[in-house]
Amino acid sequence: MTTVDLGMPGTRIAYGSGNLYEETPFPEHARAELKNTQMRANIGHATHTIRGKRARVVGELPDWQDLRDAGSAIKQEVGARLPELLEQFEANVTARGGVVHWARDAAEANRIVTDLVRAKGVEEVIKVKSMATQEIGLNEHLEGQGIKAHETDLAELIVQLGEDKPSHILVPAIHKNRDEIREIFSRRMPGTGKELTNEPAVLAEAARSYLREKFLDTTVAISGANFGIAETGTLTVVESEGNGRMCLTLPKTLITVMGVEKLLPRFSDLEVFTQLLPRSSTGERMNPYTSMWTGVTEGDGPEEFHLILLDNGRSAVLGDPAGRSALHCIRCSACLNVCPVYEHAGGHAYGSTYPGPIGAILSPQLTGVAAEQNNSLPYASSLCGRCYEVCPVKIDIPSILVHLRDEDIRTKHGQRDQAATQQRSTVIEARQAEAEAAGVTPEPAGHPAEAKKKKVPSEMDLLMKAAGTVMSSGTRMGLAERALPLGRGALKPFGGAKWLPGMVGGWTQERDIPVPPNQSFRNWWKNNGENTQQRVAEDLGDTQLAVSAGGEVPASSLAGEIHQHAAWGAEAQAVAKLRAERDQAEGATTKDSPATSTGEREGEQNA
Amino acid sequence: MRIALFATCIVDAMYPKVALATVRVLERLGHEVVFPAGQGCCSQMHVNSGYIEGALPVVRNHVEAFTSADYDVAVAPSGSCVASLGHQQPMVARACGDEDLARGAEEVAARTYELSELLVDVLGVDNAAEQLGSHFPHRITYHPSCHGLRLLGLGDRPTRLLESVDGLELVELPDAQECCGFGGTFSFKNPDVSGAMVDAKIKNIESTGTGLCAGGDSSCQLHMSGAARRRGSQVRTIHLAEILASTRANPLELDEIADLSIPRVHATVTPSAGGAR
Ligand code: SF4
Repeated sequence: MTTVDLGMPGTRIAYGSGNLYEETPFPEHARAELKNTQMRANIGHATHTIRGKRARVVGELPDWQDLRDAGSAIKQEVGARLPELLEQFEANVTARGGVVHWARDAAEANRIVTDLVRAKGVEEVIKVKSMATQEIGLNEHLEGQGIKAHETDLAELIVQLGEDKPSHILVPAIHKNRDEIREIFSRRMPGTGKELTNEPAVLAEAARSYLREKFLDTTVAISGANFGIAETGTLTVVESEGNGRMCLTLPKTLITVMGVEKLLPRFSDLEVFTQLLPRSSTGERMNPYTSMWTGVTEGDGPEEFHLILLDNGRSAVLGDPAGRSALHCIRCSACLNVCPVYEHAGGHAYGSTYPGPIGAILSPQLTGVAAEQNNSLPYASSLCGRCYEVCPVKIDIPSILVHLRDEDIRTKHGQRDQAATQQRSTVIEARQAEAEAAGVTPEPAGHPAEAKKKKVPSEMDLLMKAAGTVMSSGTRMGLAERALPLGRGALKPFGGAKWLPGMVGGWTQERDIPVPPNQSFRNWWKNNGENTQQRVAEDLGDTQLAVSAGGEVPASSLAGEIHQHAAWGAEAQAVAKLRAERDQAEGATTKDSPATSTGEREGEQNA
Repeated sequence: MRIALFATCIVDAMYPKVALATVRVLERLGHEVVFPAGQGCCSQMHVNSGYIEGALPVVRNHVEAFTSADYDVAVAPSGSCVASLGHQQPMVARACGDEDLARGAEEVAARTYELSELLVDVLGVDNAAEQLGSHFPHRITYHPSCHGLRLLGLGDRPTRLLESVDGLELVELPDAQECCGFGGTFSFKNPDVSGAMVDAKIKNIESTGTGLCAGGDSSCQLHMSGAARRRGSQVRTIHLAEILASTRANPLELDEIADLSIPRVHATVTPSAGGAR
């Protein structure tokens, strides 16, 4: 798997820093989280509800798969034209009175925001929920600089007041239930008393009055962005509560931090994404608030607008053809909501700001998989494929997971030394910068080269090597299978095995191993293969079978068409069926009408 | 028709009775089944564990075994392994710079069918009782394994076959589309999450009141039945092929399910060591 040379001599690729690191390997972190039964019940309930809602509103759109294709194509275009689009965007934002800043990584972005806030002489800011500012750890950074950032999204506020960490992209407090939220509010919100019940409406009202004051008193707001339109310089935030609208319109100064991949080439592209996002995200046909602004407008909204364009590892992701589509993500969280690993382990188990399937690919890509903190994330999936099936921009998450596993193995085998050294040094430098910003002496960091692993084969290497040798030859498999009776003899008295040593002990931690068969099929077939008549006679006796109508061999099996038709797509097939039915129904009612010809319908969709 | 059986490594070594059941069903329809002797594994274990280079010899072996053999179509009793032929083998070959092998893999994949796919799409079976003599008078539920469901898009082929088996009552499995938690090496690299997933699956199977869960992938079944045993659950698993192979004259009894060996009635030659059951 090759990486693309971005053609920037002398420019070192900037890998991401900030809240992108998993401090404990996923399996251990997940083990601890799995014990939190309340959290699991809350997440299980919430994700199942939203799954159902999403499935209903997606299922009613006959052109859903076309929309996904369109979304994916537009995002591909953005990746291919990124430098040019960014310059166009910058020019348009500037022309409309905005100020554009460029941030290479988390530390740079944080510094820019801090300087801007300081220049306004304020010590408090309000915030619209934003993944980018969480990624760079902006709130913690501002706190260290004596600036208090107030989250205004309800779920984000719950997390902030509870001094907790977000566990979901869209609903950061998904792991909390009403009683827990009531407890946090009554403890942390001044003026809440006994009348605070666990009723959603009562809790929302408490948050509303708490936040109203902040909206009216605070003069600087910080936001992220869902989309930035290169063609016009317009920024967009979509949200459900109206808090975003307040933050974007009431304060005098607005600072927006946007990942560079959030660009769209044209204003008309919003047509696709404003359909894809709410249906995938909240399971709504349309989101309640869509705010758009272009630079500054006199007498209307903020007087000053700053836009910080954040890289933090995104260029590095773009440089990898096999993984770059991770940048297509519109943070809808549909993949989290359907993921069984996320459902059981919860969002905190992924460490980074980005949990769930998208987090399992994006975090290690932004930091480089050689950052050892994140090299367990690509394995945090059973590759069941549900994430790909629901992703509105068709990110093939399972394939990227496999690609990252391959990168991890090759890193460990020393086959990616240069990339690995670079990726590791990012981590070390980021840690040092963090420590310095926090005013503590940085821990002595090892030289990146030192992190280069001693290349002794791991247990997994040995297992794969042995399996590869046996499984790549029928003869060797047959020989190995001669040991089956031995295994059967050993295990039969115990009814199977309950314990295995080493790494494969993970198997027997959860499952018994059955008593093996007395011989393999291969070896049995050698002696018995030809006894067809006998088998048929034993099975059928004198039963006469009805004749089957088959015999035609199709041009290709499903496996042969896997890349064209329904790859990871039971849902794709269901929607295709719906569409075919609709087309048929339309065709039947307006048989003679030329308006339903395929050509015209295609024209409509492309419009 | 001449049908090449790709047993898959796990069925060959651990569930030979499933391979035999596949053979019996096809022979009953008058087809000749051949077993390309060179076959090994589809390579999925290596690929999904990140050993793409390590997968290359396994892919090459499969492509050679199924290119040199003489047959009309190939079949495997596994949605996951069949999907891997089309989805992963060409990718592995290309990643390792072997375009010829990639083309060869694509050709083999296009001729290889999952069992229910072969029966329904190619052999025209829409009534297992009448066309295959299938008889299995039990209440069961069905778990559609992820790769057959989402990668191949098998749809309702397996359940349509099951519903047409004489005497069989199919009870719908709640949250059937949820992964059972197997995921290859995921099962031992992330045993706790995998265990939590199979807990949920076993509870759902128990809620159907059938105690017996059919499926099309032995690997998932090894994991599910092993986990059920560990948890003291009565849940058992059975492969679709075994149900289809069961007839009035030669019925599969429930107490035979636990033994993985070839059933005695077919085990005409006893192996030299270990003894039959
Ligand atoms: S990866 Fe796809 S499904 Fe997941 S959050 Fe991003 S856009 Fe949504």
